[in-house]
Amino acid sequence: MSEVAPTLLGRLGGWFSPTASAEIAAAEDAALRSDRFRLEREGEWKRLEAIVIRIEKGRLRGISDADLLALPALYRTAVSSLAVARETSLDAETLEWLEGLTRRAWFIVYGPRAGLGDWLMRFFGGGWSESVRALKQDILIAFALMVAGTIAGWLLVASDPDWYYALMPGGMGDARVPGASRAVLMGTLFGQQDQHGLAVFAAYLFSNNAQVSILAFALGFAFGLPSAMLLIQNTAILGALLWLYHGQGLTLELVGWLSIHGTTELFAIMLAGAAGLHIGRAMAFPGDAAVLDAAAAAGRRSAQVMVGVVLMLIVAGLLEGFGRQLVDNTAGRLIVGGFMLVFWSGYFFVWRGRGQSA
Amino acid sequence: MARRAPRSRNRTVITPEGVALPLVLATRGARAAALLIDLALIGAAMIVTTLTLIWIAGGIGLKLQEVEADGPKARALQALVIVWIIAMFLFRNAWFLFFELGPRGATPGKRVTGIRIAARGTERLTTEAVIARNIIRDIELFMPIVFIGGAVAAGSDTDLAGWAGAVWCAIFMLFPFFNRDALRCGDVIAGTWVVEAQRRKLGQALSVSAPIAASDQAFTFTPQELAVYGEYELQTLERVLRDGRGTTLDDVADAISRKIGRPYPTGAERVFLESYYLQLRAQLEQGLRLGRRKADKYAA
Repeated sequence: MSEVAPTLLGRLGGWFSPTASAEIAAAEDAALRSDRFRLEREGEWKRLEAIVIRIEKGRLRGISDADLLALPALYRTAVSSLAVARETSLDAETLEWLEGLTRRAWFIVYGPRAGLGDWLMRFFGGGWSESVRALKQDILIAFALMVAGTIAGWLLVASDPDWYYALMPGGMGDARVPGASRAVLMGTLFGQQDQHGLAVFAAYLFSNNAQVSILAFALGFAFGLPSAMLLIQNTAILGALLWLYHGQGLTLELVGWLSIHGTTELFAIMLAGAAGLHIGRAMAFPGDAAVLDAAAAAGRRSAQVMVGVVLMLIVAGLLEGFGRQLVDNTAGRLIVGGFMLVFWSGYFFVWRGRGQSA
Repeated sequence: MARRAPRSRNRTVITPEGVALPLVLATRGARAAALLIDLALIGAAMIVTTLTLIWIAGGIGLKLQEVEADGPKARALQALVIVWIIAMFLFRNAWFLFFELGPRGATPGKRVTGIRIAARGTERLTTEAVIARNIIRDIELFMPIVFIGGAVAAGSDTDLAGWAGAVWCAIFMLFPFFNRDALRCGDVIAGTWVVEAQRRKLGQALSVSAPIAASDQAFTFTPQELAVYGEYELQTLERVLRDGRGTTLDDVADAISRKIGRPYPTGAERVFLESYYLQLRAQLEQGLRLGRRKADKYAA
């Protein structure tokens, strides 16, 4: 079976460069054609493996530019080696190892390549507003649900004030109850700028609201129904509050009090609900795609919206924590709230981002 | 879309280059273990952060009761409280995100248990997918814990709604047990799955590491003697040779020698097997190049 004896060339090579000659000699020594195939390419495979290991360990800095540039080419070499080896080699060890190496390189070459910085640039520069526009239908549904919730809350409380206690969460010591005097209600809207710890309050509000909106989104998984219910329930509270203050002729003041942060916060909640509905709709009516594929596509689209929602809630938390307590008149509050509403609407639906043709 | 074999954890994805890559799905046990490790680490990180902040607050002489008061001390304390709230939020929501976006696609818990996330099908794993699968974690994990914890704490007083909530949450928690790919809800939404991240070392090429067989051995087998076995037996023999245990070598050498009716001198099992392996592989690979595969000894 000894097809190939060590050749003169191999021996000559040995005198000049020990490592290269070792590889050549090994390749020459190998009795099998498939082993020679392997030995000739092993150097490149090992180089790919070294790069992959370093990337996996997170030591990107330690990789030379030449190696990084070579990575895609080395990956393709490994892939084609694998394809060839499957058809020509019966060496299980090599095949399995090569499969493993290709898989690891595949994860890296086709992995989430955009760094966080790049991703954020794309996100703010059009990606976010584009994904919001993609949910247009769901946003309309969410908006309709919120309006319906508000009206329902108002009507319920108007027909029977006991509903107020059912809708309003918690707060035994809360001054905002049916039958409260105008002065008391007025006091809850104005004159709190002496309060301290506003920043803490803002951070708490953000953390709380963000968790609620994440919930509204995540619940979309159950065909969107819980998302819809959450939207209605939260806006019913709004309707009840409106009714309460309307009874004492304080509607405009309440709207001002709410709008300074509410335009941002309600917008964010609407987007979160819309994202949830989007997933729910994709799963209930997947169309031509398989349910799993439809859900995955919808999930990726709306995940971007959700990152935006969390950012909007940070803004809302700041406005609520600082802005509302510091701007102590209805006109000022309405101006700030109105400005935020115009800003978000313009950013999402008018501005088309960089390099967008549509 | 990936091809599926029922009841097996083996899956295949097709790379954009058109080559099929085998993947092995992670077991549910490994994933649960990874999750527990992560939760323990998150809990530890939260406690350490809290204690550090308290220690800092104590170091600059602050008392918690002063948070409502005015003045520079209260402001410093407020700043610390804000840091604390944001840190808790990030630990809860960003831990998984941060680690799974890295090149390993695995949280510390997943690294320990040797698994990672991957995109289903041929698409690449995107940042959005990782975000989506981790946002959903909230209803799968944290909400059921709150609900079920509440139901248990209330004991026999739990009302119907409480139990309904607990059951509803349990459905989400047990979701991975109701589908073949062990997907949790987040995986469904994001189009991901969790696979084993095996890693192995490349062994020596056998025709190089076993040069005796190629040079001064006495065994040359006839094509008829080699035609007895197929690829399956060849690769079994390869494993035996690579593991290289004395008694197994003897048994296998005996079996082959009986089957092909050729004796070998005592103590020469290894040489016998290596030369048989190399010649069998040479013959089968030659057939392969000509388009003839012989899967195992039963194949024609």
